[in-house]
Amino acid sequence: MTLEEERLLLRVTNLTKYYDLIIGCRNISFDLYRGEVLGIVGESGSGKSTLLNCISARMEPSAGMVEYDTRAEGLKDLFQLSEAERRMLMRTDWGFVHQNPCDGLRMGVSAGANIGERLMAVGARVYGDIRESASAWLTRVEFDTDRMDHLPRTFSGGMQQRVQIARNLVTEPRLVFMDEPTGGLDVSVQARLLDLLRKLVDDLGLSAIIVTHDLTVARMLSHRLIVMRGGEVVESGLTDQVLDDPQHPYSQLLVSSILQA
Amino acid sequence: MNEQTIPASGTPASGKTGYNFAYLDEQTKRMIRRTILKAVSIPGYQVPFGSREMPLPYGWGTGGIQVTASVIGPDDTLKVIDQGADDTTNAVSIRRFFARTAGVATTDETGEATVIQTRHRIPEEPLKHGQILVYQVPIPEPLRWLEPRESETRKMHALQEYGVMYVRLYEDISKYGHISTAYDYPVIVNSRYLMRPSPIPKFDNPKMDNNPALQLFGAGREKRIYAVPPYTSVKSLDFKDYPFEIQKWEEDCALCGAENSFLDEIIIDDQGGRMFVCSDSDYCQKRREAGYRGKDPSAPRGNELLDDAAESA
Ligand SMILES: [Zn+2]
Repeated sequence: MTLEEERLLLRVTNLTKYYDLIIGCRNISFDLYRGEVLGIVGESGSGKSTLLNCISARMEPSAGMVEYDTRAEGLKDLFQLSEAERRMLMRTDWGFVHQNPCDGLRMGVSAGANIGERLMAVGARVYGDIRESASAWLTRVEFDTDRMDHLPRTFSGGMQQRVQIARNLVTEPRLVFMDEPTGGLDVSVQARLLDLLRKLVDDLGLSAIIVTHDLTVARMLSHRLIVMRGGEVVESGLTDQVLDDPQHPYSQLLVSSILQA
Repeated sequence: MNEQTIPASGTPASGKTGYNFAYLDEQTKRMIRRTILKAVSIPGYQVPFGSREMPLPYGWGTGGIQVTASVIGPDDTLKVIDQGADDTTNAVSIRRFFARTAGVATTDETGEATVIQTRHRIPEEPLKHGQILVYQVPIPEPLRWLEPRESETRKMHALQEYGVMYVRLYEDISKYGHISTAYDYPVIVNSRYLMRPSPIPKFDNPKMDNNPALQLFGAGREKRIYAVPPYTSVKSLDFKDYPFEIQKWEEDCALCGAENSFLDEIIIDDQGGRMFVCSDSDYCQKRREAGYRGKDPSAPRGNELLDDAAESA
């Protein structure tokens, strides 16, 4: 086994998803290594969200395979796992940060409970420990712990996103999926959140797959990029390479449009 | 307490009243018994059933009544309690319903009853092997408060994903400094299924654990039956540093002096005078008959004050 294979975390092979007769994404293959951040960029309708939903096991692909390096048994086909194993993976070894905090937080319970939930789901039964963990993670995402007993709806969008991130990281996942994590936020709020995400990813050695239409986000967070259009990958490579010297006409168009803006 | 044991006629009431024995037709009773058998074999698991229209509106114990109707026989003796008392309107009307439609004997005495239908309490007197306790359940699903989708709660039960239930206890402690949930306190049955015990006080939760009686739970509107077989473990959810605790009172029962029974606070006069008495009226009376006395043994029970109104309803 080579060093590269040892570090393999996720392998996507010929993944295809149809909705009835409409193609969501077609023939996608890539590897993700430990500690690596992969950006998937494209406009809406490019198939990037479909792809994210399939590789995070939220949706079953029509064809192809997604394998993940499980802690217990090594590389396993996600869709051969039992539903119980898959759901356990999702709330322990994986995180999923949604664009809309409503999709990733329980709006009816406090910030602290939102973060503690993942610990309680894996058997934490000491209130003091759960609270301490929640508080530590809130500090880590630069959230005022005086407000940890408040409901998420009393927070700004940026603060809700921080709570959502803390909720995902509390079980120390190895892989975090992010769907437009800074979408819908003011530019200054967005910039601070991006800084935080980059710092967390670096400090924790996280692997991440980030779907975004925003090349600034992709540039700042990802090591490698996949450019999607019409359900297919048109270009992939190191982020700097793709953004500084795009080869495919569509990538060129994307990059030039941001330079003009 | 004018309804002590009434002798059963020993024959189905159908001939006299035009009802089938215990009101429900035999086919329905068989269907409900099959549901109960399944519920007993999977302790704590909610089994759907084809709930029938009953001559009472939902919210008046139609689930419990259907369960009772399906398990009761001519030789049974029925006790019905509501909030611990045998003489409240709801209890009286359900007892009358079965006296009329099944001709069974009825009683106020916990020890005499073979079937006890209850809303909101478990009797203080320990239940015995061979007795059946039937609970009226308004909302059977413990996970409903945070997950409105039935398909998802079923999956959570199947996969034993009960962590979210602790979120609720966590919130209690964060807000009040202790677990403030006092009624319908969630339990794990037989180390497997999360169950709502119906709105009994958590004071009664420990009585469910390893109880010699068969405990059946009927939810009419939501069409679910579940069960705790005799001698089955029932554990209340808690945290290690905030262990489960039952309600406690500063006072003893003013009538019988009981120190360990669930007390109701009742208002005794227009001047705001109040006292604490056993919510279990049969238990309180038995103790007084045995010579136990509280600090104010001559005061009338709140239920007795209401008695006439209830009986004439
Ligand atoms: Zn008493």
